[in-house]
Amino acid sequence: MTPRDLVPIIAFGVVVVAAALLVTSNVALNFLVFTMIIALAAQGWNLLGGYGGQFSFGHAAFFGTGAYLTAILQLRFGMGAYPAFAAGIAGAALVGLAIGALAFRSGLKGSYFALVTLAFAEVFRVLANAAEITGGAAGILIRLEVNPANFQFADRGTFLMVAGSLVTLALLATLALERSRLGAQLVAVRENEAAAQALGVDVLAVKLRAITLSAGMTGAAGGLYAQYFLYLDANIAYGTWISVEALLAPIVGGAGTVFGPVLGAVILHGLAEATKSVAGRIPGIDLVVFGIVLILVVRFPPRDIPGLLRRWRR
Amino acid sequence: MTGTGPDPAFLAVRGITKRFGGLVAVNDATLDVAEGSITGLIGPNGAGKTTLFAVIAGFEKPTAGIVMLEGEQITGRRPHDLARIGLARTFQIVQPFAGLTVRENIAVGAFLREAKRSAAMAAAEQVAHRVGLADQLDKPAAALTVAGRKRLEVARALATRPKLLLLDEVLAGLNPSEIRDIVPVVRAIRDDGVTVLMIEHVMQAVMNLCETVHVLAQGRIICSGTPAEVVSAPAVVEAYLGQGAAKRLQGAANA
Repeated sequence: MTPRDLVPIIAFGVVVVAAALLVTSNVALNFLVFTMIIALAAQGWNLLGGYGGQFSFGHAAFFGTGAYLTAILQLRFGMGAYPAFAAGIAGAALVGLAIGALAFRSGLKGSYFALVTLAFAEVFRVLANAAEITGGAAGILIRLEVNPANFQFADRGTFLMVAGSLVTLALLATLALERSRLGAQLVAVRENEAAAQALGVDVLAVKLRAITLSAGMTGAAGGLYAQYFLYLDANIAYGTWISVEALLAPIVGGAGTVFGPVLGAVILHGLAEATKSVAGRIPGIDLVVFGIVLILVVRFPPRDIPGLLRRWRR
Repeated sequence: MTGTGPDPAFLAVRGITKRFGGLVAVNDATLDVAEGSITGLIGPNGAGKTTLFAVIAGFEKPTAGIVMLEGEQITGRRPHDLARIGLARTFQIVQPFAGLTVRENIAVGAFLREAKRSAAMAAAEQVAHRVGLADQLDKPAAALTVAGRKRLEVARALATRPKLLLLDEVLAGLNPSEIRDIVPVVRAIRDDGVTVLMIEHVMQAVMNLCETVHVLAQGRIICSGTPAEVVSAPAVVEAYLGQGAAKRLQGAANA
């Protein structure tokens, strides 16, 4: 990593901090915080799906685990908010490792892997909807005690700063991964498993490491969500919506690139918000936009948005 | 092979059989590869050469038989373990990491021995020089010609710093001048201390490069010896040209 590689990431951090200080509209801040949470979840997906080529359709399993652990450990076990958040990340990573061990050990690839991850996320959703410890279908509320020591802040700007810092850290971690041996081996696995094996890459070990990191990062997004909205139910935490968001953003913004997920999250949610303000209150109009964007991206795959811009400039 | 001492051969393949359902792809194949040699494995199409390679490199588990490298049993060990102890292979159907540059492709191999990116990249460049890819380092692998891709296969395998290199038809599909270019590359690899076992159909190169040749036909090793011995062996002629061909050729030559 050279200082030059760090410039865009530092610039991103500066922009977020500036936004947090300058933007006063609650609607705008809400939008930005939510976009950061999605970007973080999507960056997690990107580690496994973008770099490793293992397309998960069930990152909700990790998002929800991070969210629920953050909430439950505080409420039912009296843990502090920050330790609970950290435990949420660790718990999500463990769930990732477990699902990975089951799926990858039996050699599941491609759509089979996607389906199995979807199935796991659904199982978690159904369980969380029924279990007592998660508050069942009624959901779970984190007690409102505004205090930085409780990971709760008086104004949304501060929360945006925290969320933006976490995304910045995720960008740095992704760049570090990209430049590491693990990153090179992960990309090799994506491009051609047999060739990677022949070159001494332990494919199973590489995939397991990737899914663990990936799940931990998406779990952090879940914990962040819990601390921001202070409410969870099974359809939020383990719902398909977050699995879709987590994979859509990197695919739109550029899977297997450092900035792809952030770019994709901003584009998708920017478009959705813009449509909502133009089209008014047509329910589900943002999902229609997501659908159109997805079709366009799949039909005309830009290697990433920068690639598309370059193509336009010519 | 006598007594209980270690097998003297560098690579010793003993009685390897590989069945796929009812098909016997390799049938009781036994061969030796001497350390520091270039050894050839030839045979008609469908003889089981690539399957035998896959068994040696750990991609297929043999139905029976053992493989030993430097006296150590390596049968059935996984490919990445074998790469770690110094056994590398190339693929007959080239398998580049198409989305990566030539440099990044080779670096994946180099990462086996180098933990740091800068060291792996430097090693990749060095290997590219050895196989004549130095001027294409920043090209995407997908943009290489067939000959370039074959070189890339060799380069990636070499970057793992193998003791034994299995080359699966690296000359197939190349034109005569490309073959002339790559033959010295293979020889230089051996001269750097890497033992080479190569599957090859281009006989001119086999005659040129190999000290020993094993001939596989219908899953069996039917002949082993120097290239000159092998090409004149009746069993080999018949394997390629059909039963009775050796006799007819003999007859034609004498008439």
